[in-house]
Amino acid sequence: MAHTAFDEMNGGGIGQADPAAVRQAYDILKAWLDKTSPEHFNTRRSQAEMLFRRIGITFAVYGANESTERLIPFDIIPRVLTKPEWDFLERGLKQRVTALNAFINDIYGAEECIKAGIIPPDLVYRNPHYRMEMRAFDVPHDLYVHIAGIDIVRTGENDFFVLEDNARTPSGVSYMLENREVMMRLFPELFSRHRVAPVENYPDALLATLRSLAPQSATRDPTVVLLTPGRYNSAFYEHSFLADKLGVELVEAGDLFTKDDVVYMRTTEGPRRVDVIYRRLDDDFLDPLVFRPDSVLGVPGLMNAYERGNVTLSNAVGTGISDDKAVYSYMPEIVKFFTGEEPILHNVPTYRCREREAFSYVMDNLKDLVVKEVNGSGGYGMLVGPHATRREIDEFAKKLRHAPDNFIAQPTLSLSTCPTFVASGVAPRHVDLRPFVLAGADEIRIVPGGLTRVALKEGSLVVNSSQGGGTKDTWVLDA
Amino acid sequence: MLSRTADNLYWLSRYAERADFLARILDAAHRLAALPSSYGGRESNEWASALSSAGDPELFRTLYDTVNEHTVCNFLAFSAQNPSSIRSCIATARENARSIRTALTTEMWDTINGAWLELRSYEGRDLSREEFTQFLDWVKRVSLTFDGSAYRTMLRNDAYWFTRAGTAIERADNTARILDVKYQILLPASERVGGSLDYFQWTTILREVSAFNAYHWVYRESIKPLLVADLLILNPEMPRSLASCYRMLVEHLDLIADAYGRRGESQRLASKMRAKLGSADIERIFASGLHEFIQGFIAENNALGAAISEQYLV
Repeated sequence: MAHTAFDEMNGGGIGQADPAAVRQAYDILKAWLDKTSPEHFNTRRSQAEMLFRRIGITFAVYGANESTERLIPFDIIPRVLTKPEWDFLERGLKQRVTALNAFINDIYGAEECIKAGIIPPDLVYRNPHYRMEMRAFDVPHDLYVHIAGIDIVRTGENDFFVLEDNARTPSGVSYMLENREVMMRLFPELFSRHRVAPVENYPDALLATLRSLAPQSATRDPTVVLLTPGRYNSAFYEHSFLADKLGVELVEAGDLFTKDDVVYMRTTEGPRRVDVIYRRLDDDFLDPLVFRPDSVLGVPGLMNAYERGNVTLSNAVGTGISDDKAVYSYMPEIVKFFTGEEPILHNVPTYRCREREAFSYVMDNLKDLVVKEVNGSGGYGMLVGPHATRREIDEFAKKLRHAPDNFIAQPTLSLSTCPTFVASGVAPRHVDLRPFVLAGADEIRIVPGGLTRVALKEGSLVVNSSQGGGTKDTWVLDA
Repeated sequence: MLSRTADNLYWLSRYAERADFLARILDAAHRLAALPSSYGGRESNEWASALSSAGDPELFRTLYDTVNEHTVCNFLAFSAQNPSSIRSCIATARENARSIRTALTTEMWDTINGAWLELRSYEGRDLSREEFTQFLDWVKRVSLTFDGSAYRTMLRNDAYWFTRAGTAIERADNTARILDVKYQILLPASERVGGSLDYFQWTTILREVSAFNAYHWVYRESIKPLLVADLLILNPEMPRSLASCYRMLVEHLDLIADAYGRRGESQRLASKMRAKLGSADIERIFASGLHEFIQGFIAENNALGAAISEQYLV
């Protein structure tokens, strides 16, 4: 199917690299690609790698034993989106995140959407990410999802789909920012010939968002911290990078304690009150008194302070429910129910294996479908039918039959491709896009673009960094 | 600032300083071991002495059978089992640095991270004598660059002061350890062994604290054990002397106390030691026992470390 993919530079399909067919957004870039030698690309690429290694951008791959720190491959050819394309995405993203917040507020409160039959109750109440604790109180400003990474794929000139909603602790924004820095250092001439919308204001937007969410009991100058599981976490680089850009303390659980339901951090000058915690730690580990008692990454008493309204957790506890891929499949109805509007961004058609009819369809068509675990992430535990062997399909079918509720299936989308510098030269590779949406008490902020992930293997559709994916700088042309 | 951040900064600079100390000890041992035995080059002694100045002999014995150049160099330079080897110092410094990236300047991070990356090119193979010397020079350069980048690029606030305090307390400990192992060489009794032999032992001590040239500038005399001890313990001009280290400690701990508006045990201990060193006299120290003095110092220096930790770092 890959050979019919929409190419964001050449349009149509891959075989038609007719210069006349180049899409306008890529005009200048195409000319540049044509006149630049592979040696020059190679030099620039190794310079880029050196820059990344020096600044220490690495990520840890779980289970990889030879080295725990690796660079995510960076592709030096940018991906280009036009202003109208971005405006459309931006409207769709704002609508979707608004709906997500209303939905989560509702399932921990009035439960209107369940009463109205928009979503089956067991999908909510029996969901492993549903947190009973959250029914007991209201979070500040009724906002739950403050930072969302909405994964978007494209299949044609005007065809964008939401692939996943990441409403827990989405990562990758540091790559968006560093990719741009590195590109500007390596290719200043390209930036002088394009009007690329800046992304460097993301940290300011994030800080403004976090501050807007401070609890009422906070002072007018609330103290924000970023809570990390620590330097062994795969995204630790990003945590420290963001804390630095935000100018807030990067804390580990041991740096925090609670007293009389107020959270403090241990400083060289004694305890200091904390008002907003941008936590990059899963719900399960936040507070050993409430969630996993074996968690050493959490802060005992944190949930009590949270319930008392003495601290804001960002994102709120219990947002993981919207990462669930079965819940995802109801998003079109959820958007309509809570916003009263037609969804601007469409879902990928999704078969819920929990439904008998869908299940038998999926079983009969495994070789054409992508099957995912409803709670999976990072590209682990999924089946890409067209790329799987007979035996892999049979193995997967067994898992599916054993627990159909845990899976959904989607048609294999032919993701759009972008020119990418690989061993054989410049060649099309499949991409997706993760824009970062910030929902504050005052407004929703989105910096133009996001993180483009690219599957570096020819024909591969899996863009996750843990599965050999790379990243690209993403340009929104401000024409 | 976060107590953990201060703790990491403090230990980061201690490890950077310690790596430099280890490199100097190994360098000086190589020089001495290379001398003909009639000039004091007694190989096995020198490596045993390097080991007791810079390492944990008990841990060493669990890992190696004999004390010689090869085993001691391996233990002090590259052993992953030795938490105070050069390799471990750089690795731990880098781990510390990584968890507080936000508190470091880019230049400091580059130095530590770059050192950690470059360390691999020396590890895991047999280095020739020449390569090993290059390695030691490289280690000294890393510490120098780290120190310099801290000095040149950090904001003058508590982060910087904790960094300097870490350097100073580690340096004091290192100088004192050299004296602790070699004190008998400096005592008058050893002079009977004869001139030339001890001369090279004394100059080795000076080289271990990078003070061979400084000695002549300060005293304008041939090398005498009493003055070597004076230089290392009491001379305020000598940056690695105990007196200098305490001047630096008092200065930076006071800056912290002023900024926080509160003095505590660490300021009290540091001032007390500084006053003691300021009023001491090297002849009286020799008269009342050099070894006892040094051991007392090491204990009090450790007590100050514990006080800093208690007051700020936990």
